[in-house]
Amino acid sequence: MEALKIHIPDNEQYRELGAYIESVRNMPGPLINVLHKAQGIFGYLPMEVQAFISRELDIPLSTVYGVVTFYNFFSMTPRGKYVINVCMGTACYVKGAGKVVDYFKDELKVGEGETTEDNLFTLTTARCFGACGLAPVLMVNEDVYGHVDRKKVTEILKKYRSLG
Amino acid sequence: MSLITKYVLISIDEDTLIAGARKVETELKRILEELDLSREIMVVETGTMGIMGKGVVILIQPDDVTYVNVTPEDVREIANEHLLKGRPVKRLEFTGKIDQSVISFRETAQELKKQTRVVLGNSGLINPESIDEYIAVNGYEALGKALTEHKPEEIIDIVKKSGLRGRGGAGFPTGLKWSFTAPLKNKPKYLVCNADEGEPGTFKDRLIMEGDPHKLLEGMAIAAYAIGAEKGFIYIRGEYTLSINRTQKAIEDARKYGLLGQDIFGSGFSFDVEIKKGAGAYVCGEETALINSLEGGRGNPRVKPPFPGVQGLWQQPTVVNNVETLSNVPAIILNGADWYKSIGTEKSSGTKVYTILGHVHNPGLIEVEMGTTLRDIIYKYAGGVKGGKFKCALVGGAAGAFLNEEMLDVRMDYDHLGEYKAVLGSGAILVMNEESCIVDMLRNILFFFKHESCGKCSPCRIGTAQLYMLADKIYSGQGTDEDLDQMLTLSEAMSTTALCALGQSPYLVIHTADKFFKDEIEEHIRRKVCMKDICRMNGAEHK
Repeated sequence: MEALKIHIPDNEQYRELGAYIESVRNMPGPLINVLHKAQGIFGYLPMEVQAFISRELDIPLSTVYGVVTFYNFFSMTPRGKYVINVCMGTACYVKGAGKVVDYFKDELKVGEGETTEDNLFTLTTARCFGACGLAPVLMVNEDVYGHVDRKKVTEILKKYRSLG
Repeated sequence: MSLITKYVLISIDEDTLIAGARKVETELKRILEELDLSREIMVVETGTMGIMGKGVVILIQPDDVTYVNVTPEDVREIANEHLLKGRPVKRLEFTGKIDQSVISFRETAQELKKQTRVVLGNSGLINPESIDEYIAVNGYEALGKALTEHKPEEIIDIVKKSGLRGRGGAGFPTGLKWSFTAPLKNKPKYLVCNADEGEPGTFKDRLIMEGDPHKLLEGMAIAAYAIGAEKGFIYIRGEYTLSINRTQKAIEDARKYGLLGQDIFGSGFSFDVEIKKGAGAYVCGEETALINSLEGGRGNPRVKPPFPGVQGLWQQPTVVNNVETLSNVPAIILNGADWYKSIGTEKSSGTKVYTILGHVHNPGLIEVEMGTTLRDIIYKYAGGVKGGKFKCALVGGAAGAFLNEEMLDVRMDYDHLGEYKAVLGSGAILVMNEESCIVDMLRNILFFFKHESCGKCSPCRIGTAQLYMLADKIYSGQGTDEDLDQMLTLSEAMSTTALCALGQSPYLVIHTADKFFKDEIEEHIRRKVCMKDICRMNGAEHK
């Protein structure tokens, strides 16, 4: 069977990833570290990037794909500029996290895991963040918001929209 | 001679950072400078004080006054009134029960030993980013004692005698676990610290690492010496940024002081630690799944035997211990097995760190003796139930059990809970008031298991999906009596056939929900009503 042909572009992003791979090549079990780095550079992990990692680390593409799809952290689709991650852990849930998700669905007109048309927001949910004292909690990229209610949802969206 | 007359301890953890702790700290330092108090009053960053959801928390010592919800605007008032004139600002004072782990400076070290603060003893008291402060409170003394006065076998003996059991959930005797790996000749051996805390409602390990990372490292070094490992890994959840940063700094500082690395204390024993970031999978908290993930692959559990103690990371002997377990070790070595055994109950010695959440007045982190009743934890330490009467508590996270009012006086330790087929688990206690609906909670938990099932074994992959589907049927008003029966039978079958704890766990929540709240579930099935008006009985929304 003919091998899968995937064109891998040669640009600054790939060179940066290549240099990182060089630096961890001798470390045992580097794949997850490389994927963390790659997602940091590209924002997500398209097939080309996975093929590049597979080639550079000499790990079968099927294995790379298997790992990418296993972990919640890795994404194969481009994400919005701001990823809204609502905690659905038990503590948040009992304090109304389900409603918070509904508010966002309402306001953004997207479902879970989807990105708005202007590529500004992606709505996702996660298991427990371990910040249960602030339940219900959500994260927008690295920023954490606690005690979220309808009013706060509107404020949060307004804030990031104004940042553009 | 020190000129310091007062200490202002400001809690820096993820909760308080969100609430603006840095701004308060900056403002505090600026005003102290302005009032010319900066040489007399020292501002100290510490880890958590166990008060959650109450904004920025500061503690003034030796006055022993705690302020909560402090904003930069309040700082001047605190400085003028309290620090300058000695009159505490009543309006900001915290009046709830303060967790036992918050130590008053007035207590002597001798008294502390009698208390029940083993793991969180330093948390909220020392600066977690300063190795010197840790050393000043007898830090690394236990490691020195272990390496210079004891043989590895003796360490294992002490830990065995102390009765320390794994704090990650299963409660396996720690000394016994070590004793399987210690005699093996194949090198290298590994020590792995499981910090992939993912049980919903649990964040004790995060706060231990944020509050006192050196204690964990010291515990790891002692454990490694006991089993003969030269390399350790800490597998931390990727989301725990502050834990990762503080632990990383602790590792670097310990290396500089020669407390990690080659030939520690001139004993010939070498040990180093590396942090590995998780990528978001609940199942990786299972030790063999965690090992697969450490190797860079999918986090699927392995078939046991061989146990990791014999063939673990890269097929080498590997001991996997939880953060809280390892953080107990230095105190045991320092104070002896008998001291540790004197705390807690006969078969469950020591303390337990709980995260208490949900409908309580003071959610947070507490460390109490094993055997403390659920009633004491909820009413004495967490300030009682908020927004209505107590309905039930989910103890042990999603993999735990529902306990109702009859169970409030059960003693919380491995054996007493075991009698009721409940578990201590990760130490998460989620309190629900009477406004909550059990069917809704059950459906949420079962969705979680379905979502997190890794798919390797059929009982779990198919079972968790079926269980969620059945719970969703009941939730949406389509359920029948047979559905509930099927949930009970299926989850029981899973509990004996699934490869790892994930697939074995749903049985407990389903079983206890059925045992204590059968009427409420049947109401949903037979009368098609949710008395709390939470479930979507018209069958509308399906997740």
